[in-house]
Formats: sequence, C-alpha cells, structure tokens
Amino acid sequence: MDFSELFKLSGLLGRFSPDGKCLASCVQYRLIIRDVNTLQILQLYTCLDQIQYIEWSSDSLFILCAMYKRGIVQVWSLEQPDWHCKIDEGSAGLVASCWSPDGRHILNTTEFHLRITVWSLCTKSVSYIKYPKACQQGIAFTKDGRYMAVAERRDCKDFVSLFVCSNWQLLRHFDTETQDLFGIEWAPNGCVLAVWDTCLEYKILLYSLDGRLLSTYQAYEWSLGIKSIAWSPSSQFLAIGSYDEKVRILNHVTWKKITEFEHPATVTNTKTIVYKEVEKSPSVETERFSFPPTRALASSVFSTQSKYDISQVPVSFQYIKPVADRANPKMGIGMLAFSPDNCFLATKNDNIPNAVWIWDIQKLKLFVVLEQLCAIQSFQWDPRQPRLAVCTGNSKVYLWSPAGCVSVQVPTEGDFQIVSLCWHPSGDSMALLSKDNFCVFFMATAKDGTKWQVRFS
Amino acid sequence: MGDWKTVTVPVLSSDSKNIFQYTSEKKISPPNMNSQVLRLPLPSSKSMHSFFSAFCTEENIEQSISYLNRELTTLGFPSIYAESKGKELNLISIINCMNELLVLQHKNLRAQEEVEMQHLKLGSDMDHLQNCYAKLKEQLELSKREIVGLQERDRQLQSKNRNLHQLLKNEKDEVQKLQNIISSRATQYNHDMKRKEREYNKLKERLHQLVMNKKDKKIAMEVLNYVGRADGKRGAWRTDKTEARNEEQMYKVLLNDYEQRQKQLLLENAELKKVLQQMKKEIISLLPPQKQKPKERSEDGPVLSDLEEDIGELNKENMWELSCETVREQLTNSIRKQWRMLKNHVEKLDNQVSRVHSGTLNDKDVISREDHELETEKLELEIQQCKEMIKTQQQLLQQQLMSPCDDDTTLLLQDCYLLEERERLQEEWRLFQEQKKNFEKERRSFTEAAIRLGLERKAFEEDRGAWLKQQFLSMSTDYKQSENVTTPSAFIGTSDQDNRVVNSMSQQKKPHCMLSGPISAESCQTSQYISHNSFNAALKKPAGDSKPNQWEESDKEETE
Repeated sequence: MDFSELFKLSGLLGRFSPDGKCLASCVQYRLIIRDVNTLQILQLYTCLDQIQYIEWSSDSLFILCAMYKRGIVQVWSLEQPDWHCKIDEGSAGLVASCWSPDGRHILNTTEFHLRITVWSLCTKSVSYIKYPKACQQGIAFTKDGRYMAVAERRDCKDFVSLFVCSNWQLLRHFDTETQDLFGIEWAPNGCVLAVWDTCLEYKILLYSLDGRLLSTYQAYEWSLGIKSIAWSPSSQFLAIGSYDEKVRILNHVTWKKITEFEHPATVTNTKTIVYKEVEKSPSVETERFSFPPTRALASSVFSTQSKYDISQVPVSFQYIKPVADRANPKMGIGMLAFSPDNCFLATKNDNIPNAVWIWDIQKLKLFVVLEQLCAIQSFQWDPRQPRLAVCTGNSKVYLWSPAGCVSVQVPTEGDFQIVSLCWHPSGDSMALLSKDNFCVFFMATAKDGTKWQVRFS
Repeated sequence: MGDWKTVTVPVLSSDSKNIFQYTSEKKISPPNMNSQVLRLPLPSSKSMHSFFSAFCTEENIEQSISYLNRELTTLGFPSIYAESKGKELNLISIINCMNELLVLQHKNLRAQEEVEMQHLKLGSDMDHLQNCYAKLKEQLELSKREIVGLQERDRQLQSKNRNLHQLLKNEKDEVQKLQNIISSRATQYNHDMKRKEREYNKLKERLHQLVMNKKDKKIAMEVLNYVGRADGKRGAWRTDKTEARNEEQMYKVLLNDYEQRQKQLLLENAELKKVLQQMKKEIISLLPPQKQKPKERSEDGPVLSDLEEDIGELNKENMWELSCETVREQLTNSIRKQWRMLKNHVEKLDNQVSRVHSGTLNDKDVISREDHELETEKLELEIQQCKEMIKTQQQLLQQQLMSPCDDDTTLLLQDCYLLEERERLQEEWRLFQEQKKNFEKERRSFTEAAIRLGLERKAFEEDRGAWLKQQFLSMSTDYKQSENVTTPSAFIGTSDQDNRVVNSMSQQKKPHCMLSGPISAESCQTSQYISHNSFNAALKKPAGDSKPNQWEESDKEETE
C-alpha cells in the first residue's frame, strides 16, 4: 500500500488511460500526462482556455480537452506530441463533447442543443445530427462500439435514432412513449436499449436493437419516479432506483420486476452486517514531538484515525427528510452500481446520506451496510473484482470487499478532502481527487510478492 | 313467647307496697302467673316468704285453696280436697300434685332451654343469611353498574368506529379528488409545456438559421494532418449496399444474442428435466409398494403404468427433441401426483410417530425403535464400506485407463488382455488335462501293479503253502493224518482271509496312493470321491447309517 504525493488538480479532471499506462490530469489550462507507475510527467500540453472536460480516446492514443466557454475542443496525440487539432464551434457554442468508440470522431453538442456535430479526424467529412434531446444522457454507445443511440425531440415528441458508428448511417429511427425522455442506456450485450422518462413519471421502456419495443415498466403513478438506473454486467438485470427509496430489479427474460430492495431507516435483519465507522483518538507520545513535525505525525495529529466496528442489528440510521418545496429533492436512490462479477449491487439512499448499501444479487438480499461518519460523496467498484471504494469528503478512502472492510488514511500534510475517485483499469491503483489536488493510491503487490490483505484497522 | 314484662326485683323488703304491686300484677295477667313466677330470680327466703305470702294470706286461705284446687283440676290433677265437698285437704294428693307440678316445671324448663337454643340458632342463621343477602345485593349492584359501564363503552367504541370509517371514506374520497386534480393539472402543465416547447423550437430554428447563415469561418477544424482510421481501412461511400449490410449486421448481432440465450435456456431446461425425472424416480422408490390400498392402486395403477411407459419412452429418446407441450405437462403432472402421494405417506408416518409418542410407550415399540436405530447404523456402515469399495474400484479402473491412448488402442489392449487370459486359461486347461491323463495312467499302473502284486503274493503264498505242506508232510509222516484234513482248510481259510485282507489292503492302499499324487484341488477332490466310491463298493456295507460314518472316517483319514 502506497500513496503518492499530492499533485495539483482542477475541475476533478483526473483520468486513467484505457490501456492503463497513463494518467491525465488538468491544472487550469494545462494538461499533464503522467506515467501510471512512476507518476513522472510524460507530456505537458497547454490549451487555450481553462479546460472543462477531458476524455481519452478508446485506443489511448489521443486525448480531447473541451473548453466550453470558448467553444473549442483541442485534441492531443500521445504518440506525436507535435500533432495538434483544434475544433472551434464558434458562435454555435459548445455544451458537451465526447469521443466516438473508434477513437477517430468527436461528437460536439452545440449550445441550446441545436445539433450534434460529428467531426472526423480521418477525413474531411462532417456530419450533423439534428434535434438532439437536451437531457443528461442523450448519447449512448454500445459496449462493442458498433452502434450509437441518440435521443431526439421533434414536435414535442421524443425519438431515438440508432446509428452505425462505422459510417454514421442511420439504422433505425423510432418514437418513444415517454413524456419527456430523461436518459438512454445500452445493455452491456448491446441488444437492448433502456429509455426512461423524467422524474415526474415513472416509466422505463426497453427497446431491442432493431427498434422494437420489448417491454414497458411502470411501478407507480404520480409520485416522483426514476432517479438512476444501472445494468448488470451480464445484462441479466436492470436495477432502477427511484425517489421512493426503493430499487427495483427487472430480469432480462420477462422484463418484469423480480424483487425490490427497500432502504429503511432501521435495519432489522440479523443476517445483515453493518459496519459503522468510529473514530479512534490517536495516541500521541509527547516525547516523539519534533520540529518541524514529520508528515506522519502531522497527519496523526490533525486527522483522527477511524476504524470499523460491527454494529449489532437492529441499527438505526440518520434519516433526513428533504424540504418539500424544492425541486430535485435529495431523496431516493441517487447512486447505483453493479460489481463487475455481477454478484453485488451498491446503492445509496439520499435520505440516508451516510450509508452505502451493498446487496447480494445471488440471494437478492441485503448483505452489508457501511455507515460512515460523513456523507458519501462517491463510490466505485474495482473494474476487476468485487471491491468497493468509497469516499466521504475527508482524507480517508474506505474499501470494502466480501472479506472485510477497511478505512485507509491518506497521509497528507494539509487538508485533503476526497470528493471523487477513479480506479485504474487493472484494479491495482486508484486516483483520489479533491477540489484542488489528487493523489494516487497504489494497492499493488508488496515487494515480497504477497498480495495486499484487507485488514481491520 | 308471651309478653315479657320486666319486673324489677324489688328491694328486699317486706313492704306492703310490694304486696300491692304483686297483687295488682296478678290481677292483670293471671295466666302468666306461672311464667312470671318462674322467671323471677330466686329471691331470698325473706322475699320469697313475702312473695308467697302475697298470694295467700291468713284471710284468704280458703279462697286460695279453692282457687288452687280449681286450677289443678282444670290442669288434670286430682283434687286436693279429701272429699269432693269437704274442706279437708288431702295431703297425699297435695304432695302428689306438688310433685307433678315440679316434674312439669322441670320438663317445661328443659323445653324452654331447647327452645331458647333453637331460638339462638335461628337467630344466628338469620343474621348470617341477612349478611349474605346484603353482600349479594351489593354484588348485584356492582355488576349492574359494570354492565352499564361496559355497554356505555361499547357504544362509545362503536360510535368511534363509525366515525373512523367515515373519516376513512372521507380520506379516500379526498385522495381520489386529489388524484383527479393532479391528473388534470398534469395535463394542463403538459399542454402548457408543449406550447412553450414549440415556441422554444421556433426560436432554436431561427437561431440555427442565423448561425448557419453567418458562414462563420470560425466553425472549422484545424488539424495538422489527418489521422488514419483506427482499424486501418479506408472510408467508404454511403450507399444502399452499405445500408443493407448495416441491417444485416444488426440482425446478425440480435440473432446471435437470441441464439446464445436460447442455448442457455435449452441447457437449463434439459438439466431441469433431468433433475425432475430423477426426483420422480426417487419419489417412486421412496413411496411404499401399493399393496395395502388396492383402491388407490386401481386408480393410479394404470396411470402409473402408462406414465412409466412414457418415462421409458422419454428415457430412450433424446430429451431435447421432446419439448412439446403434452410431454412437459405429463411430466409435471406426474411429478405433482407423486409428490402428493409422498406427502401423504410422510404425513401418515408423522401421525404414526406422534401416536407412538403421545400414546402408551410399549416396550415393544421402544425396542423396535432401538432396533431401527441399530439397523440404520448397520446400514450406514455398509454404505460406507460399499462407498470405499467403489472408490477403490474406481481408482483401480482409473489406473487402468490412465495410459494415454486413444480408443482403438484401448480396445486392442482390452482385447489383448482378454486373449491373454484366454490363453492362460487354455494352458491351464491343457495342463489339467495332462495331469488328468497322468493320473489315469498312474492309477492304471498302480492297479496293475497292485494286481501283479496280488498275483505274486498269491503265487508266493501258494508256494509257501506248498513248501510248508511239503515240510509238514515230510515232517509229519510219522504224525497221524487226521489233522491234515483240517489244516488245508484252515490254511485255505487263512489264505482266503489273507487274500481278502490283501484285497482290502490293496483297496485301502488306493486312496492313500491317490492322496499323494494330485496337484490341483479339483482333481484331488474328484479322485477322492472316486476313491470313496470304490472304497464303499469294496467294503460293500449296505447299511445306510454306516455310510456317513464311512465318509467321516475317510475324511478323517484324508485329513491325516
């Protein structure tokens, strides 16, 4: 276990390359590419304005930097540092930018969602997609990168267009029975597209690749509906988190609900393990005080250690009822993620902001609840194994695996409030991002070759 | 009881006042005189005197006597006058009357005591009953009040219930109303939204036109040099062909996915069917044989046999080909039926067990359970042993098949083994035949030798006999010839006996010789049997009982 030193960061823009060799980070208008193992700077690029978004191409050869204020996208090459590419949207403005799956086309969404422009790096051709839908997830690519689904809205009706990514030909164009489409997402097998409606209406539609409506699911009427969805990696299950603090699981054969997971304020099932984070006051020996204080000492004095205790069931959590007269209330299931081996589902109920709920998908039962001292900022599964990393805005990162749970203190000098984290594709390390800094946490094998064990600290 | 008159006992004085008092009283209630007289405490002699003198004074002696007489006669006593008219008193009769009166008084006193006792008893009884009555009355009052209270509460609760029902109905109506309001508002909002969206779209279109018209030189892409495609191919024109190919590709992807899913489902189905059939077989085996209920048998018998036939058919044919509805239904129905029967059976057993537990625990039952447990243990041991045996056999089998060769060579090898064995067996057979022949030869040679020996012996004996004869003749020429007659016979007898002995000896010799010869067990046994038979034949003992003895003897001989 090893931590790198803190590096500067802005805009929470720290990304590993898909091949796992490099780490890209942004500081204002500079893009810094580092080697993953040594964290040495490999490349340094300077953009024209403050970078708002970066994305690696799928083959890790290019990286795009989007500057929304200026409406410019700059693309850099790792192979040839001298190569440059600048896409200027001009008065059309820029709201979003992303790569196509083949890593050679850039899709820019102009302001007011007037159109999506497909710029090609190989040819001089430019394609336009009109009437894109102004929603959170309007563009979705299949996992194999063959097809792209775009949500559109014409004449107050929602449509979905399917394009073939190799030549940008329109494959299918169909309307959806939604009031106001909120998002679209492909199943990992690339054959089913989930389309769900705005939160005013609980409705999710499942379309096949050839545009047929396979099934509609509506759990209830009138109350606020779907907040988040997640496909299981095998495409067997579709988890739908809604504002009524429940997660409903649909199965891929009948597209009917097989179970629903509740997130009550009190957990009573004796088979559930509840890990509660407790502070343990550090023991500071006065003789060891030295001037200037060493980093370890500083971290131990200024930050409290914490460990996990197993709470006895029944356990009550801190339940927050949001104000009723505000829009987009902080209630319901805001975060959902399946583990890569399809065995676990991690959820967060925004009414209980300090807890992460981990469900066993094989048994369809609540397995573990992690109760933290602060509100959960984000969590992410290890891309290779069922290991969950959680951060709560302090300088600790929490790791859970079926073997146990551990809280790791990042040894830093000053304040380091981890707001986001990002796993390396191999699962050996991860980047911990805060507002101004980031550091890399190496969990690789120790020098003597023993695999890092999860220990109760 | 009479009227009580509390007559205060006057102060012991012999005043005339007292007299007047008493005499006045006497006048008022003459019938009570007696009781009064009785009840008064015994006054002192003085007062008594005064008292008694109150009734009878010196003036009214006659009158009092006559009064007394009248009273006594009315009471049934004899007159106290000596004669009916005279004034002379009959002392005896007076004394008798007095005695009678005393006796009467005693009786009356006793009666009075009894009556008083009873009176007391009745009084206490009455008190008790009065208390009880009072208590019961109180209780009755209390329970009446309670009933009233409960009734009141019941009424209140019912009214509350009605109120709550009413409230619930109101709430439901309100909810319905609110839902209607929401839906109407939602439609209104949707309509408004649509209107605003159309306006917005118009603005967007306008803006788009303006943006496009501006011919902004800025909207462009500057790139140092174009990059090659990721897959290395060159870009292609969009034509109908490409469209068709796209469609084809898409359908291929979909079909692939469906095929995979179908394969998985088929596998799952096949497995599940196998499991179901296994379960069915096991259930059938678990169920007791359908002897005891001929009725059920008649019902299920033909059905079972049909099903079993079907099972047989199913097992024979490929399962994944038979996925038609009827077969599936049959399978599930049959399993359901079997399961129900098993359930009934288990329930029956449960009842039996519970009866055994609840009813009288006979020793027989206890023992049978113990026996059952012992048996189960034995069976478990057996099962373990069998399992171990199976394991070892499997291991051996695996070892045999461990040699990495393909099927042909294994078959050949197997054939080789068989051939080897066959040859070995043939060799052994040959050996056996040879040995048999050898034995026969030996036997024959032995018999011949024995015969020769016998003949030689005979000859030798004859010679001996002849020689002895000669000798004897030569020696006994001077002896008398009378004994000659017997001796030859004696000699003949002995020689005969000897011969017989020799024969038997020779016969006896045979089994012994046979014993020393043989190699293989079988031939040994056969020769033994043969020798037994010959032995029996030689000895010619017809008695059946003796035969086993002979067998035993010969056995003993052989074992030795």
